[in-house]
Amino acid sequence: MNRVVITGIGAISPLGKTAADLWDGLCAGRCGIDRIQAFDPSNFPCRIAGEIKDFNIRDYIPKSLRKNTKLMSRDIEISIAAAKEAFENAGIVTKASDNGEINLNPERTAIVFGAGLISCDLVELAPAVAAAITDGRFDMKKYGKDGLELVTPLWLLKYLPNMLPCHVGIIHDIQGPSNTITCAEAAGHLAISEARDIIARGDSDMALTGGAEAKVNPIVMIRQMLLKRTTSEYNDKPAEACRPFDAKASGSVFGEAAGLVVLENMEKAKGRSATIYAEIIGTGESNNINPQYEHLEKDGKAIQIAIEKALSEAGINPSDIDLIIPHGTGIAADDLAESKAIEAALGDAVKDIPVFPTKSMTSNTGAAAGAIDVIAAVCAMRDGKIPAAKNCDSIAQGCNLNIATEPIEKEIKHVLCCSYTYGGQTAAIILKKNDE
Amino acid sequence: MRNRVVITGLGLVCPMGHDAETVWSGMLTGKNGFNYTTIFDASTFPSQFCAEVKDYDLAKHVKNPGLHKDSNRGSGFVLGAAVEACRQAGIDIETDNPSDGIDRTRMGIYLGAGEGSVDNDVFFDAIVKGWDNEKNRMDWNKWADIAFGKMSSMREMEQEPNMPAAHIAMLTGARGPTRSCLTACAASTQAAGEATEIIRKGTADVMLAGGAHSMIHPLGVTGFCRLTALSTRNDSIETASRPFSASRDGFVIGEGGAVVVLESLEHAKKRGAKILCEVIGYGSSSDAFRVTDMHEEARGAIQALEAALKDAGITYADVDYISTHGTSTAENDSVETKAIKSVFKDKAKSTPASSIKSMLGHLIGAAGAAELITCVLAIRDNIAPPTMNLNDPDPALDLDYVPNDPRKTSVNIAVNESFGFGGQNNVVIVKRYEP
Repeated sequence: MNRVVITGIGAISPLGKTAADLWDGLCAGRCGIDRIQAFDPSNFPCRIAGEIKDFNIRDYIPKSLRKNTKLMSRDIEISIAAAKEAFENAGIVTKASDNGEINLNPERTAIVFGAGLISCDLVELAPAVAAAITDGRFDMKKYGKDGLELVTPLWLLKYLPNMLPCHVGIIHDIQGPSNTITCAEAAGHLAISEARDIIARGDSDMALTGGAEAKVNPIVMIRQMLLKRTTSEYNDKPAEACRPFDAKASGSVFGEAAGLVVLENMEKAKGRSATIYAEIIGTGESNNINPQYEHLEKDGKAIQIAIEKALSEAGINPSDIDLIIPHGTGIAADDLAESKAIEAALGDAVKDIPVFPTKSMTSNTGAAAGAIDVIAAVCAMRDGKIPAAKNCDSIAQGCNLNIATEPIEKEIKHVLCCSYTYGGQTAAIILKKNDE
Repeated sequence: MRNRVVITGLGLVCPMGHDAETVWSGMLTGKNGFNYTTIFDASTFPSQFCAEVKDYDLAKHVKNPGLHKDSNRGSGFVLGAAVEACRQAGIDIETDNPSDGIDRTRMGIYLGAGEGSVDNDVFFDAIVKGWDNEKNRMDWNKWADIAFGKMSSMREMEQEPNMPAAHIAMLTGARGPTRSCLTACAASTQAAGEATEIIRKGTADVMLAGGAHSMIHPLGVTGFCRLTALSTRNDSIETASRPFSASRDGFVIGEGGAVVVLESLEHAKKRGAKILCEVIGYGSSSDAFRVTDMHEEARGAIQALEAALKDAGITYADVDYISTHGTSTAENDSVETKAIKSVFKDKAKSTPASSIKSMLGHLIGAAGAAELITCVLAIRDNIAPPTMNLNDPDPALDLDYVPNDPRKTSVNIAVNESFGFGGQNNVVIVKRYEP
C-alpha cells in the first residue's frame, strides 16, 4: 500500500474565501453566522445561517469556460473556488493555471467529493409552476402542457451532486476515478477516505477530495427545521447560537462551505519536493442501527466503532492523539452521544486530549463539514496551535470531553477528526504530522 | 496480497418483477416492464410512459415494515432486494442475534442511490401560494406558511440520498463501512466496484452493494424531458426502448433496487456460502470533457474499460459477454460502440454486447447493479440476454448486440459498463468462480 499525504488545502467558508481566512477566523474566535441574506427568513423559526459573503464565481473560472457558469448551482460554484486554491496551495499547475508547466497527470488523478442533496432554485422553477394553475391550485396536466417547457433545457444538470466533480474535473482536466459521496454530514470524511484508498492501492497518484455544500436554500433549511435540528433561540445573537457540547445548546445552525485537499502518493510528493502537511494514517467507518435515524444512537456506538477502526489502522494508542476535532453540531442529544462514543473509544486518555469543535464559528456546512475540519487539523499541526473553542462556556452534563476553552500552543503530531450524519453513517480520520 | 472477492447473493426489485429469477426469466422470454405512467399524471408530458415497479408491497418483504414506513420508492425497492440477496447468501436478518458467523462490524453497505421525490402536493402548492408572477418574486413568508404547515419532517428527510443505506442498515444490522454515492447513471456499478475494493483491502468481509433509485417523479421527468433524453414514442411504448437501432429516440425511465452480496473468498469458504461468481476487475474514469456531452471519441469510457481489464489481469479476448450501458439515446449508443471497437479490436464484432434497458428501462442509479446481476446470471446459465426492439440497425453501429432473442453461448467472463451524465465511467468484470 502506498502512503498518502496531504499537500494542498483550499477552503471557502462563512469565515472567508480562503483556507487562511478559515484558520485565522477560528484562531480569532470569529463567527461566520448571521441573519440569512439568501432569502427573507422572517417566517422561519431559525433565521440565521453561515453564508459566504461577496462571492462571485467569475473570479475563479477560466475565461474559456465562463459560459458553463449558467449550469452551476451554488454548490458547484463554491467547490470550484476551493479547488483552485487547493491546487495552487499544493503547487500543482493544471490546465486552468495562468502560467507554469502543467504537473497534473490527468489520467493518474482522481476526484472524489462529498456533496449534498442539492435543492433546485424555487425562484427559477416558479414561472413554470405559475403557468400551471387552475382555480388557484397547481394542475399537473397544465404543467405538462404549458409549464414544463418554461424550464430551462439543461436545468437538471445544475442539481445533480456529481456535477461538482464534473465541472471541477473539466476545469483542471482530471480524468481518473471520479466519485460523489452523498452521505450528508459524513460525506466529506468518507470522500477523503475513499480518495486515500484509491491512491493507496495505486489506481491514482493524486486526488482532489473533500466536500462542498450550500445549504442556505429555503427547502434545505426547512428540512433541518422540521427535524428540529436547528436552534431558534438565538436569532438575535447569531454569534452565540451554535454551542457544541455546551449546557445551553439548543440546536445547530446550518451554512455553506467548500473544503478540498490535494492528496498524493507520498513518494510522488517527495519526488516533486512538495510541502507535505500531513499523512492520513487511519480511517474508520460504521453506521448507526437506530429506529430514530434522524439522530445518533444514545451511546454513539457507530462513532466509537469508526474511531476504533481508525486507531487500529493507524497503529497508534489513544494517548498519542494530540487533538480531537469532533462533529459537534450543537444538537444536545447528538453531542452527548458523540461525547460518549469518543470517551468509550479512547478510554482514560480522553481526559487529556484537547477537543476543538469548529461549527460554533463555521456553522454546520453539511457535506463540506468533515473536509473543513481536516483543513483545520492540518493548520493546527502546521502552526502547533489549537484555538479556543467558542460558545462552550459550561460543558453539558454527561459530556466528559476536555474542550479547549483557551488557546493552546504545543506540537501536534496526531489529530483525530470524526463525523456522523442523520441517516447514520459515521467516519473517523487520523492525520499524522509530516516529520520527514 | 489483496483478497479475492466473490458474489454470494443477488436481489432485484425492478419493473419486470420483484426477484432476480422472475426478472431474468422475463428477459429470456421477451417481456418488458413498460407502462403508461401512473405514479403521477404525465398524460400531457412529452414522455408519458415509463417502467414502474408494479404491485409492490414492502410489508411482504421485510420483517418490520414500521421501521421503513416513511421510506421513498427507491429505499423500498432496495430493501426488498436486500432481503432476497441476504437470504440467498445465508445472512440472517430475521433474528436479533444472528448465528450466521458474520461479524456485523465487518459487514458494510455501499449503494449507488438517488434522491427521493419531493412531496409533490405541498411542494407545488407552496410555490403557487408564494410566487408573485407580476413582480417576478417569491414571498418567502407565504411560502413558509404552507411549507411549515404541510411538510412532513420524515418525508423531507427521506429525500436525502443516504436514506436507502440507512434502511439497509436497520434491516441487516450491518455496522461496517457504509457509503452511498450518486454518480448519476453509473452510480451502482461504482458502488459495486468500490465495495469490492473495501473487501480487497480487508476492511470488511461482506459488503451489501447495489443501487436504489426512482426518478419517476414530476421534477425528475421534467429534467430528462428538457434534456430530450427520454423517448417520446408515446404511441408504441412497448418498443420505445430500442438501443443501437437507427430509430432510437431516448431512454425509458425506470426505477428499482438491486443488491449483490460481495464477500471475501476466504470468508465465503469459511462459512460454507454458495459462491455464485467472482468479481475480478474494476475500472473508473472521468471524461473531463463537457458538462452536456460524452467525449466524442469515448476517451473516458475506453480508459475505464482498459483499467478494468488490467485490474482483472485479462485481455479483451478473454471476455465472453458485455452488458452495455446501452441507453437508447443517440449519443450513448454511438459513443459506447466506439469504445467497444477501440478496446475489443478484432473481437469487437464477435463479442456479444447487449442492452437489457431495452426491456427494463433505465433504472438510473440502480441500473448498474441490475445489469451486474444480469451478468452473474448470464454466466450461470451460459446465456446472453437480448437487445429487444432492434429491427432497424443503425448502419454505423455494427456490433453483435444480440438482437431480439436471447442466445445460448459460453459465458465465463462478463463485463458490465455504466456511464453517467457528467462523464463518470465505471466498469466491473465478473468471472465464473474457479477455486
